Amino acid sequence: MIRQQKMTVVAQKQIATNIFELTLQGELVQDMTPGQFVHVKVSDSFEPLLRRPISIANIDKDNQEFTMIYRAEGRGTQILSTNREGQLVDVLGPIGNGFPVEEAQPGQTALLVGGGIGVPPLHELSKQLKARGVNVIHVLGFQSEDVCFYENEFSALGDTYYATVDGTKGTKGFVTTVFDEVAPQFDVFYSCGPLPMLRALEQYYPAKKGFMSFEERMGCGIGACFACVCDTTEGQAKDYVKVCSDGPVFPKGVVAL
Amino acid sequence: MSRLTMSLPGLELKNPIMPASGCFGFGREYAQLYDLSKLGAIMIKATTVETRRGNPTPRVAETAAGMLNAIGLQNPGIEKVMNEELKFLESYDVPIIANVAGTEIEDYVEVARRISTAQNVHALELNISCPNVKCGGIQFGTDPETAKQLTAAVKAVSQVPVYVKLSPNVTNIVDIAKAVEAGGADGITMINTLVGMRIHEHTGKPVIANGTGGLSGPAVKPVAIRMVYDVYKAVNIPIIGMGGVTCAQDVIDFMSVGASAVAVGTANFVDHFVCPNIIEELPAKLDALGVNHISEIIGRSHR
Repeated sequence: MIRQQKMTVVAQKQIATNIFELTLQGELVQDMTPGQFVHVKVSDSFEPLLRRPISIANIDKDNQEFTMIYRAEGRGTQILSTNREGQLVDVLGPIGNGFPVEEAQPGQTALLVGGGIGVPPLHELSKQLKARGVNVIHVLGFQSEDVCFYENEFSALGDTYYATVDGTKGTKGFVTTVFDEVAPQFDVFYSCGPLPMLRALEQYYPAKKGFMSFEERMGCGIGACFACVCDTTEGQAKDYVKVCSDGPVFPKGVVAL
Repeated sequence: MSRLTMSLPGLELKNPIMPASGCFGFGREYAQLYDLSKLGAIMIKATTVETRRGNPTPRVAETAAGMLNAIGLQNPGIEKVMNEELKFLESYDVPIIANVAGTEIEDYVEVARRISTAQNVHALELNISCPNVKCGGIQFGTDPETAKQLTAAVKAVSQVPVYVKLSPNVTNIVDIAKAVEAGGADGITMINTLVGMRIHEHTGKPVIANGTGGLSGPAVKPVAIRMVYDVYKAVNIPIIGMGGVTCAQDVIDFMSVGASAVAVGTANFVDHFVCPNIIEELPAKLDALGVNHISEIIGRSHR
């Protein structure tokens, strides 16, 4: 169920260059699944006007807390990064269809591929896969070492490989460079990141079962405004999907890349 | 809640608050959040004869206190709207105002003829003001004679009262308002969005794939208020006002200048509960103004 709630800031800290980790507390955490997102109003004024869609990096239902990791890039996320412990943040969520954890069976291996600010939702996913006895391999791509985060967290859950564009961490290149070097063996992949990365992934593993999370400019976040539509591939039930309410996660091959 | 009731051609409203067309889909998404029967009415997304996919993305861009959109009238077509969307809305006690769009006069007539027979459609809203499609839409809303002809053609076939949605992208909106009144319009809804453009800071090119988009949100409210103020003085048919409404005070402002009811657009994307919240806040606003029934404030700016 989607709820709108003023959530309390439990903690906010900068964990890499311009990358912030914000933990919020409130009832709507109860309904969260990995891969869903929240739609955040960063200020009470008309500036900026619209909400910001942000992915969920960590869910702690026992304490009714969740964590989001975001890049403070534009005005909205910069304002969000100024929130301090005890302040309230207007959150609408959880929204959308997340990663299907049940598509990986205990004993199987899942490949989790993330790029940049697409990496955070893979953390909660990895936790839940591991909890159900699935082996996880992470391949994470970043621009450079200074924007990498959660190295210890991912390493604790499974093998973790890095690719950076400038070579300052892990392999120099892209996640596909890691695929070439490591040749990971797996049963199903889950991914979140920029379109070129998703495209490359689909081409690298055409025979594998996979799920990909998409990003689009959004308005309402609940499927009413038709801002975030994507074309589907031929043979799908509908010729378009809305990233916010039909996704953001789709099985491989549904969205035309 | 009898202090908020409003009678307009075709419409017996519990309250004068309704979501604006294009900002509420066909109600399904908001139905997950609250009971749609709380609303005065619902203006559903523009419907055309054929299925429309709309414009390429990006289709929205945020601006100062507003946003641009160029969705391009994406909708599943009259067949599906009648069989699926309007059927779904039948489970709520709320009158529907069906927004009608097309490329040629014949398209408007066809959609109007069919959709006006749906049992929960109590009025039509003729979309002669969409700035985001190449043909149809705004071309009918910028020339008084064309607007009048289209209004008359639709009136001739519609089973329910016809409201015409005016564009602010004209030299003199009063001329268009008078023309549609002469064409037989039962009411006016105004304003649609203002044509605008935002430039990408790195590329120097428009952010929206369509180039231009329609500006909405709090930024446009003063423009809308002025236009309703002027049109109210010039016509004898009721006005449903809209443009940047976010709170109960905005509703009071629109009704003061002459609107009989008020639609809420972009604000639905920001505060998804804005319509029921405004409805709840209105009685206190009336108390503060010392009026019993909301209809008493209509046109008070002119008295």
